[in-house]
Amino acid sequence: MSDGEEVRGIVLGHGLMARGLVDAVTKISGVEDGILVPLSNEGKSPQTLQEELDLLIGEGPTVLFTDLPSGSCALAARVCCKEVTRQVVISGVNLPILLDFVFNRHLSLNELVPRLLSKGIGSVKSVPDFSEHANRPL
Amino acid sequence: MPIVLFRVDERLIHGQVVVGWGGQLRPDVFVVVDAGLAASEWEQELYRLGVPEGATAKFLSPETARHDLQPLRESPERTVILTRDVETMLALARRGNMEGESVNLGGIHSQAGREEVLPYLFLGGDDRSLLRELSAEGVVVTARDLPGSHEVSLDSLLG
Repeated sequence: MSDGEEVRGIVLGHGLMARGLVDAVTKISGVEDGILVPLSNEGKSPQTLQEELDLLIGEGPTVLFTDLPSGSCALAARVCCKEVTRQVVISGVNLPILLDFVFNRHLSLNELVPRLLSKGIGSVKSVPDFSEHANRPL
Repeated sequence: MPIVLFRVDERLIHGQVVVGWGGQLRPDVFVVVDAGLAASEWEQELYRLGVPEGATAKFLSPETARHDLQPLRESPERTVILTRDVETMLALARRGNMEGESVNLGGIHSQAGREEVLPYLFLGGDDRSLLRELSAEGVVVTARDLPGSHEVSLDSLLG
């Protein structure tokens, strides 16, 4: 468990993606506003995006979720976390990872982040199963 | 192979450049011309994360890039040249160094003193002067964020 400080989340993405994901999380989970904050890079210079992100991050433990592992959103997130230990960037965000986040943000970052990675990666599936070890039906 | 794209974009290597333009132009090398980045290995590593598989990135100072422009034109590699502002592109183009080339304006965003010309292009008085100088160096300047978007001429941009 963490020392009583719950982790905040910021979702950073292209276009309307961040807002859409946060809206979906709210509708599915019923979590209150402010736990997950959406931020879009739309029409923003790298400097503006950086400044907006700096204002949102604050001092507490935070996970920054980005859509792509590279590009302007990921770059801004990584720069923000360069010299701090209480912020973590997770790229390739999806809805299952955010749902798991809102219900487990009482955990410490050391417990929470591996869990989120596992949840996010594990939720990407095909039907029929085309994964590496599957007996491919087609 | 010639240099396949000269682009001014504050975001440098990012989605529109890698996916939008890269998907069509198939560059082998992204050359970022920027004095600060050329001196910062840590920031270079961040930008390299955005380079697609099979391509590479180089980070050159404006001075080095000016000298390297002709070898890049003669290289077998398809090259994209990126600067984050018009001033740096003009530094490359001075003294006819880019005569006959085309420069794409792909992303200059809002800040104090700039006004919106296109949704992805905000220009201030200094930017306009620099663009006129770039044109006077024999460079064709147009704005287009993605290959499928409408191309806007410099005359239209400057009104």
